[in-house]
This record gives sequence, C-alpha cells and structure tokens, in this order.
Amino acid sequence: MPPTLLRNLFYEMAVGLTWVGMASADTVSDFTLANGMEVVVIEDHRAPVVTHMVWYRVGAADEPLGHSGIAHFFEHLMFKGTPSVGPGEFSAAVEAQGGSDNAFTSWDYTAYFQRVAADRLALMMTMEADRMRNLVLSDDLVATEREVILAERGQRIDTDPGALLSEQARAAQFLNHPYGVPIIGWRHEIAALNRADAQAFYQTYYAPNDAVLVVAGDVTPDGVRALAEAHYGPLQPTPGLAPRARPTEPPQLAERRLVMADARVAQPVITRDYLAPERNPGDQANAAALTFLAELLGGNPTTSVLARALQFDAQKAVYTGAFYDGTALDASTFGLVLVPLPGVALAEAEAAMDAVIAQFLKDGIDPQAFARIKTQLRANEIYARDNVDGLARRYGEALTSGLTVADVQAWPEVLQAVTPEDVMAAAAEVLDRRQAVTAWLVQDGEVAQ
Amino acid sequence: MMIRLVLALIFLALPLRAEVAIEQVTSPGGITAWLVEDHGIPFTALEIRFRGGTSLDAPGRRGAVNLMAGLIEEGAAGLDAQGFAAARDALAAEYRFGASQDSVSVSARFLTENRDAAVDLLRSALITPRFDADAVERVRGQVLSNIRSNAKDPSALAGLAFDAAAFGSHPYGSSGDGTEASVAGLSRDDVVAAHHGALARDRLYVAAVGDISPAELGAALDHLLGDLPATGAALPGRADYGLTPGVVVQDFPTPQSVVLFGHQGITRDDPDFFAAYLLNEILGGGRFSARLMTELREKRGLTYGVSTFLVPMDQAELVMGQFAADNDKVAQATLLVRESWAALARDGVTAEELAAAKTYATGSYPLRFDGNGPIARILVGMQIQHLPIDYAATRNARINAVTLADIKRVAARLLQPEALHFTVVGQPVGLVSGN
Repeated sequence: MPPTLLRNLFYEMAVGLTWVGMASADTVSDFTLANGMEVVVIEDHRAPVVTHMVWYRVGAADEPLGHSGIAHFFEHLMFKGTPSVGPGEFSAAVEAQGGSDNAFTSWDYTAYFQRVAADRLALMMTMEADRMRNLVLSDDLVATEREVILAERGQRIDTDPGALLSEQARAAQFLNHPYGVPIIGWRHEIAALNRADAQAFYQTYYAPNDAVLVVAGDVTPDGVRALAEAHYGPLQPTPGLAPRARPTEPPQLAERRLVMADARVAQPVITRDYLAPERNPGDQANAAALTFLAELLGGNPTTSVLARALQFDAQKAVYTGAFYDGTALDASTFGLVLVPLPGVALAEAEAAMDAVIAQFLKDGIDPQAFARIKTQLRANEIYARDNVDGLARRYGEALTSGLTVADVQAWPEVLQAVTPEDVMAAAAEVLDRRQAVTAWLVQDGEVAQ
Repeated sequence: MMIRLVLALIFLALPLRAEVAIEQVTSPGGITAWLVEDHGIPFTALEIRFRGGTSLDAPGRRGAVNLMAGLIEEGAAGLDAQGFAAARDALAAEYRFGASQDSVSVSARFLTENRDAAVDLLRSALITPRFDADAVERVRGQVLSNIRSNAKDPSALAGLAFDAAAFGSHPYGSSGDGTEASVAGLSRDDVVAAHHGALARDRLYVAAVGDISPAELGAALDHLLGDLPATGAALPGRADYGLTPGVVVQDFPTPQSVVLFGHQGITRDDPDFFAAYLLNEILGGGRFSARLMTELREKRGLTYGVSTFLVPMDQAELVMGQFAADNDKVAQATLLVRESWAALARDGVTAEELAAAKTYATGSYPLRFDGNGPIARILVGMQIQHLPIDYAATRNARINAVTLADIKRVAARLLQPEALHFTVVGQPVGLVSGN
C-alpha cells in the first residue's frame, strides 16, 4: 500500500453521512481482472457506505468425499490470520472502522463480506486479498475452531429434531449428487477434519480465478476497477482449476418416505420435497414458472391454494407453505410443508394435501391470483432497490451458481413473461412423487399411521 | 508490516456522523410524526408503535393483545380475511403487525402509485377489524401451536423460566403469547377489548421515510389514525425484581444446554447509560473481540456464540447474557462468565478496550441508516424511548464523552458478580441448582 493511500485512509474520514436520496441501486457494471477474478459493481449513492464481498465458487457440494464440512470449516479458518494480520485481527480491524464483517457457506459458494464507510474500501481489499493467498494455519488454531464448529452443529442441528430430520430427508433426496451432504458436515466427519484437509482445500479453491468480487454502495466502476487491480490484480490464479462437474442424479424411480420420532417434538410436521430444475444461463423460464408455482400453492399464508383449501375451506392444517429457490448450480428442490391441526392424523393431513395438489393440476390457476403475484413481483423490484446488501447478495449468489450478470438482469423480465400454461406444465413435470421425499416428524410414542 | 501499521493507527479515525434530515410533522388533526423525505425510490416506509403491548393484558386474559395483533389483518370492514389479503396483494402493499411486551407495532410499505388505496386499506384494519369467529379460531390455533412448540424448545423454555423468576406475577414474568389454558379461554369480547385498550392515540409514535411530502403524510395520518380512541388501557406499574443469585437448572433431554444469565440493569435515561452501553460492548457486545467471546469461543471453543445486552424495558431493567454449550462444557463456561463479570467489576477496562469500543460504536452507528425501512424503524424507536429529534446527530458525541473513570465507576455499580442468576435448560454435567 503506497504511503499516500495510507494517509488518505486516515484523513478523509470526517465526512458527514448524509441521506441525499439520489440515485438508487440500479446501476450495475461488471468486468474481469487479468487473473480471472470477476468483478460486479452496484452503485447506490444515497449514503457513503459500501458492502465489499468476495464470493468463492466452492461450497459444501465441492468437498472431497468423506471430508464433509470442510468448506464451512474453512470459512471459519479464514479469520485465523496471515503473516501480516494476526488471528482475530481481521475482524478487529473492520470493527475499528465501525464496520461489520462475517461470512457464510452454502452448497455452491462460500462468501466473505464487510460493510464499512465507503472511503475504507481500500483497506478491506488489502486485507481480503491478503487472506486469499497468505493464510497461516496452526494445529492448535484448527483444533480449537473444530470445537467451535462442533458446538455450532450442536446449536443449529443436533438440538433441533426438525433440523435433524431435514438433514436426513436431504440425504434421501439426492441419490448421487453431493447436495445430499449437510453444509455444516456430518458430525463424525467434522471431528476428523484437520490442518492438512484445510490446507489442500485452500490451495485449490482460494484463488482469484475462482472468486467473484461484488462491491455495492457509494462507489464508481472506475474507482473500484483501480482498487481491484491494485489489490487483487497481483494475486496468482490456481492453474488448471477443474470445472465444477459434480456427480449427477440417475433417474429417480422410487418415492422415499421417512418417519422420525423424537421426545422434543411439540408439533408434528409433514414435509414433501420434489427434485426440481434450477435456473440455467440463458434458460430461466422453467425456474421462473416454478417460482410462480411456489407462490400460488403456498407463498401466501391466506390466499394460496394450500392455505385456502386446508386452513380455510377444510380445517386440516395450522400452517401450510411451498418453497422454491432456483438459484443453484445443479438441480434443486421444490418443497411443501404442512403442520396439521391437533387431532388431524398425519396420514389424513398428507392425503388432504395430495388431494389439493391433484385438484390444482386438474382445475388450473385462478387468473386473479396469478395477476396479483405478477404485480407483487414487479413491486418487489422497486422495494429491492432500498436494500443494496440484498442486491449484492443476489449477484454474488447467481454468479457462483453458474449464472451471469445478464441472467440476473433478465430475471425480472423472465418472471413477467411467465404464463399460467407455463406454470401448469412445470407443475405437471415436477410434482411427481417418484422424485420426492416425504418426511414425517412425530412425537415420540406417537403411532405413525 | 504495512497492515500492522494501519491497524495501530486506525484509532485516530474520526467517525462518520449520522446526518439524516429528520423533520417533525404535525398533521392537521394533531398527530405528530418524524419524517425523512426521500424521493429516490417511489415508495414509503411507515412505522407505527403503540406503547403498552402485551403488558396491557387484563388479569386472567393473558395472550389477548397478542391474539388481537394476529387477527387485525384477518378481515376488516367489508372484507373477510381472504378478501383483505387479496386487496393488499393487488396493491403490492405490505403490512406487518406485532405485539411485544412494551408495544404493538405496525410496519407498512406501499408504492407511491397506490398510496391512497394502501393507506385506506390499512386504516380499515386498524379502525374496523372484524374479528370474525372463524378467524379467531384459526389464529387461536396458530398461537396454541406456537405455545406448544415453545414448550419443547430449550431456548424458549429458558426465557420463560428466567422471566418468571425475575418478575413473577407482573406481565413481564410470563409470555405475552399466554398459556394454552389462557388462550383457550379468550373470547371475541376479550379481543375487542384488547384492540380498544392497545390501539389508542394517547400512546402513539409514528415515523415515515420515503417518497411522501409533509402535507401528504399529515393527511394520510389523520385518515389512518384519527378515528382511533383518544385513550387506551392503563399501563402496568413497575415490575418488582425477584431473581435470586446462583444457578437454577431445568432438566431437558438435549445434547446442549441453553444458559440465560443476568441481574438488575440500568434505565435508558440514566446519566450513566452510555458508559454502561460501552461497558456491555466490551464485555459481550456484538464484536468477535468482546471479552466473553474471546474467553469462551476463541480461546477454548466452548460455544458457537456468547453475548450480553442491556435490557431497559418500560417497567424494569436488566443486564443479561446468553450462550449454548455442550452439556459437559456448561459448568466451565458458566464459571468463565462469572470470572469475566467479576474482573470487569473490579478492574474496569483498559484504555485500548475503551478506544476500540468507542471507535466501533461511533463508526457503526451511521451505517445503520441504510434504507427507508431501517431508518423508519430507528426513528420510531427513538421516539418511544423519549429521545430528542437531534439524537442521531449528537449520539456519537455522548459516546465519545465517556471516560475510563466513568466506565470504572459504572462497572462497579452495574456489574454484581455475586448477584448473577443463571437459568440453565439442558442436562449440564457438574452443575446443579444452588449457589
């Protein structure tokens, strides 16, 4: 870092934070550095704040067999220091700027972010570029962090029967694809992770040609380009990085059904997940239709098809819902959930749910409900401009899930182009129980019927 | 080396200041609101609070305000629940209603093109909700489902046990959701009474941010809120503090225990509040470098997370903390909390810790003002806490005015290691109820 830049960091900070309410976050540029690092810049000049994110195209579905949890474990280890920034000093430095920082891991990506005053972007880049290639790991640090992660697994999964069953259901959903492995990892495999695993993973995947930089806030594309070239530009790419070709699913021919009983269950739940296609570059129409299908079937707690049939017309459920998120590298899932009213047996509730689905496939779509969803999706694009962090995440997630900036920008129009016929065709294809996992979570001692 | 230099010198940084232009608007009908006018995006975020919340529940009617808040959008004026939801969605408006122990909240956002219709529809929910019999039963079922789930959730159980031990028969001593028995016993009349008692103009706070002028806001507020009753139900009195020092274990079969701990706290208007705020930040605030996070997580891997917080409520004050840890590690983690508490009470903090906490607190404050919705929530929160309209501009100066001596004095006054109460839900090894 040249001395002048250092000085600027210290002396240009007495800027008032004004809410000038000018351009909102709808100006997006993108370019790629010579070493392969992709960069997206989202301008929002309403406040002198910036979100700086580095997304790596590696997640839990890219882990070597038998080493589940290493992607998430590594996310924690990225805070353990380099020769120039000691353990814990990364977060301390961000905090000393009044900023916040954190990281998250999914099946398709691992991402690190900081939110700081816009004039501190250079420092964030200095530190993020440093830990992309210069991390130092000791056995002691790895061992202590392994305990933290086992405690995290305990808190998130092992103490929650619903989370445990959903882990089992996902493992049953994917016969061959690594999406069946939990992001945090299986406990026995986390317990065996060590420094050598971490080091190998780091050297392969933490490189500029495997990363996407997203900078959102009070910045200009030229300014970000100059800083990115100065800080990330000198980093060496990983040569011969293999394309992300994961094992694919064979035809799913047999429905799978799971029942888990646990004394800690207060409220029985049925979940049903169907294998479903994801958004693909230049080909998002099917995913857009499934997005509508989820909204129509269970997106609205009052007017959706399931809510109206099972909570209003018939008294079967206390809660129903449908979920689909098509932003994934490989085939995803389309989910239904139902919490029965007391006294309604799970078999009865599930049969009622299936009858509603069958009726929907026969009757088709209420045109007014369809029109309302279109209106809401259009309005969401206006509301989304108020949340620059959300926009940054939208791009980072898409670009690490096989999509392009053009796909992200086309998505609202693809959604608006969906017709009721598209939705019914997608529904007929996806709502196939041979490709589904149905899971019952029941109270211990309850008779599973 | 260069980076180390940066880290060392960064404390010289001057923080940003929050200079959001807040205007006080008084409607023709006399309703006041704080407004940040911003025409950048064609929508408005509106935040409304009614002081009182679930603490207004009449004796034996626990859960009435919560049930009312859950029902307010389930049919109004000429629309049943289905009709209301369809009308709201056709406008692409969003309304959220919530009940906490000190307030009922209404959050709305609506596009400029649909503003009048969206305000009119929201008005019908606030002024003329129907509380249809079928809606009451449906939402009652949802509330009962929550109550049953919480009865098997260690975090919720810990909260219930801690509150009951702290505040007994005061509303703060029980869940605002009510119990299975109390909610089963609520009638439509109870819901109507809760509505009249909780949503009144004598306890109203309003903030708006976005694409709306002062005159437009004033007219909208008169239409939206002008026909609410002038006065509502009496607020509860002060809550007597009843926590006993020591550990209380509630057996629950789970591999990790949830621990809540704390003792009496400090009021929001106490002259030492900012010193206490920084003290808490250093002890167990939001940063990875907080003392408890360092001792429990970074050094020993005992927990995924530990935090402490000041809890200034309307009728009582606490300083509290929480963590979860494997059953065989809870005893050690609890001991470390006690030791950290005692060390801070005895020795105060270092100059470096105070400087880092100030830099973080002052630097992070303006970063919170990052959108119409978040700003509206901050502004309504300031009003309900009786903070002045220039608070956002002066708050960092108050933080910076806190000295090491202030912290030492407040640490000795606020932190009482011998008074610490621990509620533990789980099957901790080597930890039993008692001192």
